[in-house]
Amino acid sequence: MTAVRTLRGPLLLTASLLVAWQLLHQWAGDTALTAPLPTLEHLWTMIGQKRFVPHVTETGLAFLQALAIAWIAGVGVGVLLGGHRLSGEVAEPILVGLYSLPKITLYPVILLLFGLGMPAKVAFGALHGIIPVVLFTMSAVRNVNRTYLRAGRSMRLTPMQMAWRILIPATLPEIFSGLRIGFSLTLLGTMLGELFASQRGLGFLLMTAIDLNDVATILAIAVLISLFAVVANTILLAIDRRLRRGSAA
Amino acid sequence: MTIVARLTDVSRIYPPRAGHAAVHALGPLSMELRAGEFFSVVGPSGCGKSTLLDVLAGLAAPSQGTAEFEGKPVNGVVPDGVGVVFQEDASFPWLTVEDNVAFGLRRLGTDAAEIRRRVDFATGFMGLRDFRRAYPSQLSGGMRQRVCIARTLVLQPRLILLDEPFGALDQQTRLLMGDELLRLWRETSATVMLITHALDEANLLSDRIGVMSARPGRFIDVVETGWPRDRDSRLAERPDFGAVTSRLWSLLRTESMLALGQGAVAAQ
Amino acid sequence: MSKAGWIRLVVLVAFFGAVEALCRTGAISPKLIIAPSAMLGAMVKLLASGEMGDDIRQTLLSVAIAMGLSIVGGFGLGCVLYWLPPLRRAVDPFLAAYYSLPHFAFYPLLIVIFGLGALPLIVLATLFAMVAMTMATLTGLDRIPRVLIKTARMQRLSLPAEIWHIRLPAAAPHLFSGLKLAVTYSFIGVIAGEFILSTSGLGHQIAFAYDNFDNPTMYGLILFVLCIAIVFNLLVFAYERRLARQRGL
Repeated sequence: MTAVRTLRGPLLLTASLLVAWQLLHQWAGDTALTAPLPTLEHLWTMIGQKRFVPHVTETGLAFLQALAIAWIAGVGVGVLLGGHRLSGEVAEPILVGLYSLPKITLYPVILLLFGLGMPAKVAFGALHGIIPVVLFTMSAVRNVNRTYLRAGRSMRLTPMQMAWRILIPATLPEIFSGLRIGFSLTLLGTMLGELFASQRGLGFLLMTAIDLNDVATILAIAVLISLFAVVANTILLAIDRRLRRGSAA
Repeated sequence: MTIVARLTDVSRIYPPRAGHAAVHALGPLSMELRAGEFFSVVGPSGCGKSTLLDVLAGLAAPSQGTAEFEGKPVNGVVPDGVGVVFQEDASFPWLTVEDNVAFGLRRLGTDAAEIRRRVDFATGFMGLRDFRRAYPSQLSGGMRQRVCIARTLVLQPRLILLDEPFGALDQQTRLLMGDELLRLWRETSATVMLITHALDEANLLSDRIGVMSARPGRFIDVVETGWPRDRDSRLAERPDFGAVTSRLWSLLRTESMLALGQGAVAAQ
Repeated sequence: MSKAGWIRLVVLVAFFGAVEALCRTGAISPKLIIAPSAMLGAMVKLLASGEMGDDIRQTLLSVAIAMGLSIVGGFGLGCVLYWLPPLRRAVDPFLAAYYSLPHFAFYPLLIVIFGLGALPLIVLATLFAMVAMTMATLTGLDRIPRVLIKTARMQRLSLPAEIWHIRLPAAAPHLFSGLKLAVTYSFIGVIAGEFILSTSGLGHQIAFAYDNFDNPTMYGLILFVLCIAIVFNLLVFAYERRLARQRGL
């Protein structure tokens, strides 16, 4: 019953998007926009083709590496900056400033430093994702309720127990929100990286299709990436909500 | 004795929502507020005190029964002449103290000179004169609550409803604010109804005290204190003061234990 | 200036000084990075020569239009979703995943609808920036303290008066955060779009310089874009500080 209730909205939305797509197709014609069903069929054929697999693997690997860097390094740096107040104060405006810059302008610099190929994509994806993770982690560590720490000390917890039983549960909800946003931005960064000066990957296929005006392929790839993004985000959001339910806020 | 406001067989039931059963929050209960009196309502937590106030203020419609103010029905529509001070800080953070206090008069289109006069009076009365150009964020919680009281006062309400307005303040500040409230009540000749959980406070401030049961709240008794109109916090020194508080507690003790149990059940 | 402020200044000066020294001594090849002072010189020369005038005008105009449209449209959409909770529940997962969608894949479609030129790019940047404003509007409206709404009713305000005198000022801080994001995202959207897809504008000129190994032009332009973004951010920041001070914060 509740599952039906929670799924009804997204299903309706998907349905109305498909209808809008079909109508737009009717209006704009096949050269601008292929219809939903043929696009999905095209996607299915593409997935079945051997030459498609290496591109997906390339993008997937680039994204996963970038995500690993953004998450692990982001939480690490965030914990350090959150724990050491002065460093945090020094770094925060710089990070916020970097966050709001159009990082795409820096992509040529990254290409020069890392060369064409996988490392540049990974670096660019991680560059997008790491800052929100650092900022959220820093804020979470900084704002741990002091009373929890006093309660922990009064129970004579060892530093290990303190970290495991108090600090991690207290900071996890906010850190996870940072990880979720970092996920989205890492994906954005990786894709942006593949769209420019790339020779492999979904972004490369997309750019080639744009150059060739191959509308069916453009839309098929867009649908594939969108599906991945929406599904992954929905799962992360569900975990996020579950974590927050257990916290006071 | 003129009756200012009257509730007749009022109850309030929150309809069932997804995953929640219907909640019978209040009543059925009846009460009358006499012109110019200071009436307090005490009761265990969760008994529907605030719901009672919402019904009287027109912020919530009764599910059954009728509410009247000055002989006219109040059915979920805020009547003219009623002012409320809430427990939470309701000062507008984007306005200065002065603009906060003048807010209602400006909306009514009162002329500038009259606004000036009434704001001067209200800020002076509430001891805010030196803070007129300050913003709420620069004031303590007690001062912000004074801003809210002044903002209600300038509209010259004939019935003032107070929903635990001092709940978030420390004990000493509460006592001083209580004295100011008594002074305001005497000088404006308005009728005041105060919701509180502090028995001493109810005792000190009130002519009559309605004692409510655990949820769904009804009045189990109304205690007349018989204090003189001209009183302040030094009333607590009187030998017969403690007797009234004791009486309130003996009426409430069982109900409060019941409410504590309900809370434990609700938390599960 | 605070202690943290001084340290930050020292850190930044030291960082750029180190890069400058490494470049001047030849430890970093000018094929990778040119010295910051050389970047500045290149930027000044480019601006003085006026050869980028058209691109600068086009980019800034596009950003300005995208900003205006996304702020107004995002706010409007936020209000609509706030008043229609069923619609909001339906689009919620879509909004949450929005920033990981591959927006640039829809560029060919936009060209068909809006023709060639700056317009499809403006639409792309607007769509990119608008949702940040929408989400901030929703947060702002959600977080209006209930007691203020009750106060509005006790003051017997009409609905328009309640919205104008209570709801909007109460939501203002969040609306302003959304506005900041919309400004940033308009920048990112336009520059990234030009970078990948366009044949004119500052983003394109950076990409063009990269392709031609013209590092002085590339770094001069990158510096210029970053300077504009920083100046914009500082202006918004200063205005926000003024607003906060007006509230006595």
